[in-house]
Amino acid sequence: MPSPKPRPSMSIETAPKMSWWNRLAHPGQFVQWTRPLVLPLALATAVLFVAGLWFAFFNSPADYQMGDTVRIMYVHVPTAWLSQFVYATMAVSALGTLIWRHPMADVSMKAAAPLGAVFTAMALFTGSLWGRPTWGTFWEWDGRMTSTLVLLFIYLGIVALWRAFDDQLRAARVVAVFTLVGAINIPIIKFSVDWWSTLHQPASVFRPDGPTMPGSILTPLFVMFFAFTLLFITLQLIAMHTEVRRRRITTLERRAAREGAK
Amino acid sequence: MIGLGEHAEFIIAAYVGVFSGLVVLIGWTIYAARRSQQRLKELGDTRSDAADQ
Repeated sequence: MPSPKPRPSMSIETAPKMSWWNRLAHPGQFVQWTRPLVLPLALATAVLFVAGLWFAFFNSPADYQMGDTVRIMYVHVPTAWLSQFVYATMAVSALGTLIWRHPMADVSMKAAAPLGAVFTAMALFTGSLWGRPTWGTFWEWDGRMTSTLVLLFIYLGIVALWRAFDDQLRAARVVAVFTLVGAINIPIIKFSVDWWSTLHQPASVFRPDGPTMPGSILTPLFVMFFAFTLLFITLQLIAMHTEVRRRRITTLERRAAREGAK
Repeated sequence: MIGLGEHAEFIIAAYVGVFSGLVVLIGWTIYAARRSQQRLKELGDTRSDAADQ
């Protein structure tokens, strides 16, 4: 009987190359892969904010109905958009945690929650400041505003849940389930203006028949929209890197405690 | 600078509020990142992916 051919031993040269999915899943690889993106993203964000503010205050007209208060829209709409986009990011990450046990999905969920809470609070703040001169009231318990307030409470609940657990892997599963249940609020926010009687105007940018605004108002809106979105991506990456380091700190502290106990 | 009309205080309050919030958010994110880098150095971690940014 011929002897089996000896298998070559595994080495760094013979090991299969990591796929992009594996590179994304490995926290250290993820940090190395995304770290060079932070500075260009931060610079692009700063440029977009400068351009957006210039358009908002120096190169856009007053609205024929709302007058100059339309300028509040350039900070209100992007923060309101982000309040929902960040939650959608968390919901996708929650699926990554529950279905694939993707380690970076946990990290992404945890990093995004406080950012989403801040953007939601900003959307409520600017909305109430826009509502007073436009509708005559800072607050109205209508579908859009109430569901956005519920979204803020969901974000705060998620932040509190993360802090309630010492075991972050267990926390990730509980938070993922909570996040997916809370995701039902996102279509409610989106369609609340169609389902219920409300002071809020219906969708006026992303419509099947095109935007109802002139280009002179759409331009600053889109520039600010991209500025805020890039800001979120930049802060999310930094916060994810921080969370990876925090987990490494926990591992090292536990190891040091075990060695100290021996 | 353009005139902001009769509701200027609402427009200014909205922008000041949002950009103050952004400054705090960016500052807090950078502070948390620096603090974690510092703690890793104190623990003697030598992995460049964990300690640097």
